[in-house]
Amino acid sequence: MAFWIIQTLNGLSFSMMLFLVAAGFTLIFGLMKIINIAHGSFYLLSAYIGLTVLRATDNFLLATIVSSVAVILVGIAMQSLFLRRFYMKELQQVLLTFGFVLIIADLCLWIWGGNPMALPKPSLLRGSIWIGNVVFPSYRLFVILVGVVIAVGLWIFQEKTKFGAIVRAGVDDEEMLRGSGINIQMVFVGVFGLGALLAGIGGMIGGPFVGVFPGVDVSMLLLALVVVIIGGVGSLKGAFVGSLFVGLVDNFGKALFPELSLFTLFAPMAIILAIRPTGIFGKIEE
Amino acid sequence: MKVEEILKRSFLLPFLFAVLIVFFPFIFSNYYVGLVIQIFIMAIFAMSLDILVGHTGLPSMGHAAYYGVAGYAAGFLFLAGVKNFWLAIVLGMGLGGLAAAFFGLLALRARGPYFMLITLALSQVLWGIAFKWRSLTRGDDGLPGIGRPEIGLGMNLKPDLYFYYFTFALFLIAFAALFILLNSPFGYTLRGIRESESRMEALGYPVWLYKYTGFIFAGIFAGISGVLWVYYSGFVNPSYFGIDLSVKALLMLILGGSGSLFGPFIGAGIVVLLENLVSGLTERWSLVLGIVYVTVIMLFSEGIFSVFKRGRN
Repeated sequence: MAFWIIQTLNGLSFSMMLFLVAAGFTLIFGLMKIINIAHGSFYLLSAYIGLTVLRATDNFLLATIVSSVAVILVGIAMQSLFLRRFYMKELQQVLLTFGFVLIIADLCLWIWGGNPMALPKPSLLRGSIWIGNVVFPSYRLFVILVGVVIAVGLWIFQEKTKFGAIVRAGVDDEEMLRGSGINIQMVFVGVFGLGALLAGIGGMIGGPFVGVFPGVDVSMLLLALVVVIIGGVGSLKGAFVGSLFVGLVDNFGKALFPELSLFTLFAPMAIILAIRPTGIFGKIEE
Repeated sequence: MKVEEILKRSFLLPFLFAVLIVFFPFIFSNYYVGLVIQIFIMAIFAMSLDILVGHTGLPSMGHAAYYGVAGYAAGFLFLAGVKNFWLAIVLGMGLGGLAAAFFGLLALRARGPYFMLITLALSQVLWGIAFKWRSLTRGDDGLPGIGRPEIGLGMNLKPDLYFYYFTFALFLIAFAALFILLNSPFGYTLRGIRESESRMEALGYPVWLYKYTGFIFAGIFAGISGVLWVYYSGFVNPSYFGIDLSVKALLMLILGGSGSLFGPFIGAGIVVLLENLVSGLTERWSLVLGIVYVTVIMLFSEGIFSVFKRGRN
């Protein structure tokens, strides 16, 4: 019993970290149809910058703010200086973002070296909590809480604010949105920055338990891809449900069949693609 | 321009090219011979991808999947003691085609960016399996110790020089086969689909079946390149399935210009030379390559030779 409770909580905390990364990816893709191969690089960059700030100050909040600002700036620069010129040119976008993957990964390797590292947990959350007769690290529960709070925040942002309404309109019919006098370039930059921020927060809260190491950028991209394919691209609800599914399956898969853990992810993805190619919450295209 | 002149020109260039290739090893050192082997293999890979990207208008982002499947097949076969090349190439092409047949069923239901997303995810899953299934693939360490195959015919492929001519011969065969395929009614239909799917549909073509067949052909030809690379490099590891390789092939097509057969070859040449040049110069070659990617796209996103193409049309 304890095994199932612990693994479920582990899976849920992984799910929520994954949700942050996948939500950023799905927002960017939904609005701009950009497949941002460099999305995992925001995770990588943010976790490393956070690590440096943490080592200097041991202040998790400060580290999160610094790394968030950094990835937002990188994201905004990517969109406004480079990707902007290649709107709806998918191949060019892919090659550009892949170039950024190489650049960011190698710069990080240069600065922080190749050894896997874990971010220290925030000092308040270094203990454990008893749940019934099971001991569970409180940090993992904190991650679940952060994920849920941000999910609710994103939902409110998308459904209740004007900027959210503009983004939704852009996902549905970007041409009409341009026609109604909205400065779409600003919206694009804003959403790209938000997507980068979400992946960056994912890197900060994932840093203490997933860690940060060369290659984590591509792993995060793969997991985000599976999440959005299962949940439906462009849908926050889809990203949430897909993350829950992937986080839990991945965790139980790793615990039960360690060698085939990716296959336990692949089979459901293939089934969903076969039955419903646009994912559970994706819109059916004509 | 007169007809004879065009004929003369179009025959002269390939002829000079063939002469250069044949005499190349006598002029240049082994290092450069190795580079040209790499260019041939990568050119086959890029040409196979171009069936989809340039001819059918399907921007596949997971082409390494079929290359990797064939590579691992040839590797396992060799390590099991089967050194016959012809068996390995048939198996590699067959498995490449089979993987494409399976992935095509899933990916071809989507279009445009969604198609890219799905092909990328499917190939990445194979990467993950190769990485994680340690008891079979030895994970990231890969499978070393793969030697050169036996082809019979009294030829020994162990020296790079012989492998060079052998790879060149296979490149020519693949080139000719693709030329015939893409200039057949089948190839014209694929380009028709690229230009307007709905029109081809209205004309009564089974569009999905054509796309699916093209997808499988692309997998089969990618299989050739995967098998050759394993025998050239002597090992196979998860990077055969890597996103790097799939994206690199797209870069070759963008650089060389897609939709022709020579374009992918030129693109493969540029990328292989560049990679080797940069990695010889600096330890930070990955960073430099990233900058190259970005610069190339910002400056020549229509292809370095797009100027010629425009002139021709």
